[in-house]
Amino acid sequence: MTGHHPAPFDDHATTVDDHAARFHLAQLNLAKLKYPLDDPRVADFVAWLKPINEMAERWPGFVWRLVDESGEDATSIQPLGPETIVNMTVWESQDALWDYTYRSGHLDALRRRGEWFERPTRPMQVLWWIPAGHIPTVDEALERLELLRAEGPSPRAFTFREAFTPADVEVPAA
Amino acid sequence: MEDIDAIAVLQDPVRRRLYEYVAAQDHEVSRNQAAEGTGVQRTLAAFHLDKLAAAGLLETESRRLTGRSGPGAGRPAKLYRRAAAEHEFSLPARDYRTAADLLAEVAEAARLDAELQEAARRQGRALRGDDRPEGELEGGLEAVAGLLASRGYEPRLEEDEGGAVIRMRNCPFHALSQRFPPLVCGMNLALLEGLLEGAEGVRVRMDARPGLCCTVVEESKNNED
Repeated sequence: MTGHHPAPFDDHATTVDDHAARFHLAQLNLAKLKYPLDDPRVADFVAWLKPINEMAERWPGFVWRLVDESGEDATSIQPLGPETIVNMTVWESQDALWDYTYRSGHLDALRRRGEWFERPTRPMQVLWWIPAGHIPTVDEALERLELLRAEGPSPRAFTFREAFTPADVEVPAA
Repeated sequence: MEDIDAIAVLQDPVRRRLYEYVAAQDHEVSRNQAAEGTGVQRTLAAFHLDKLAAAGLLETESRRLTGRSGPGAGRPAKLYRRAAAEHEFSLPARDYRTAADLLAEVAEAARLDAELQEAARRQGRALRGDDRPEGELEGGLEAVAGLLASRGYEPRLEEDEGGAVIRMRNCPFHALSQRFPPLVCGMNLALLEGLLEGAEGVRVRMDARPGLCCTVVEESKNNED
């Protein structure tokens, strides 16, 4: 957190120069379920998945999302066990991801996160820049999350609240 | 410019009328539009609009309104919109914003969403009691819009696919809601639910859209949802 009255995120452009065309934003989010996926107490969450994923694909700036063999969602990709939901996406810009996450029907689901997911005790979401066209692997994403957890936000692994631009990646601060 | 100087620029009543007119529009306005909308003579309106821009209260942009370009398209019009920057001034000095940021950071980490929503719903009911001793609010969406306006939401009555709705152009918790969206937008929704509990035939729900408050107020059909 810096200074008094920091500009809200949507008020400063992420990238207006040519970085925007050459870099995409990758996102990993883990959520630990309180109950198994077939438990009625998470039925509303499960029912949200399909419409929310479909909305993501139509959202301006959407590039890619992780899906399993079902082609629908990634619920059967369970590198951290069956209770941990893995969500991975790629976006053209940070603004695109922010608007989808917090300025769409997705927000209504997030409002109820406490009903479905365990309270996280360490960072569960990480953002990082990738060359446009690159599709990140789950291992690569988990490495970024570990980097964020170990060293805090940096141009190589950051968060919405402490974000970096592609320019930060190319010219690391001395 | 210090916040107190920016705020002082609004002391002139003509300037204040122009500022409020521009701020109330959901699009940029030209000098002519602002002059006509406020009944201020055009040259005088232009003078005051530029004073407001110099103070940082308005932002400007030059654009051709007709869509034409090249020779003969005419000079681009200077357009004005409310600046995104927030101004506040408190005597004696107070800093509730830093306190709110810290409290929200801790509430977010502790996932106090449910507790915060419950407190906000109670607060909404209490605010309603202050404004309406009987707890009833008649008059449908128009009356609700008045109540929301008094709380700074800048409501607008609009026609949606399903009928008349109120959308809000201003979030009173803007900066906090940008940093902690699920926590603060959930709080805001619960606050409005409490505030509008006594409003017959009206319900509020979350419907986040870019550039607007995260909630929408609509007429509830028959039974409540």
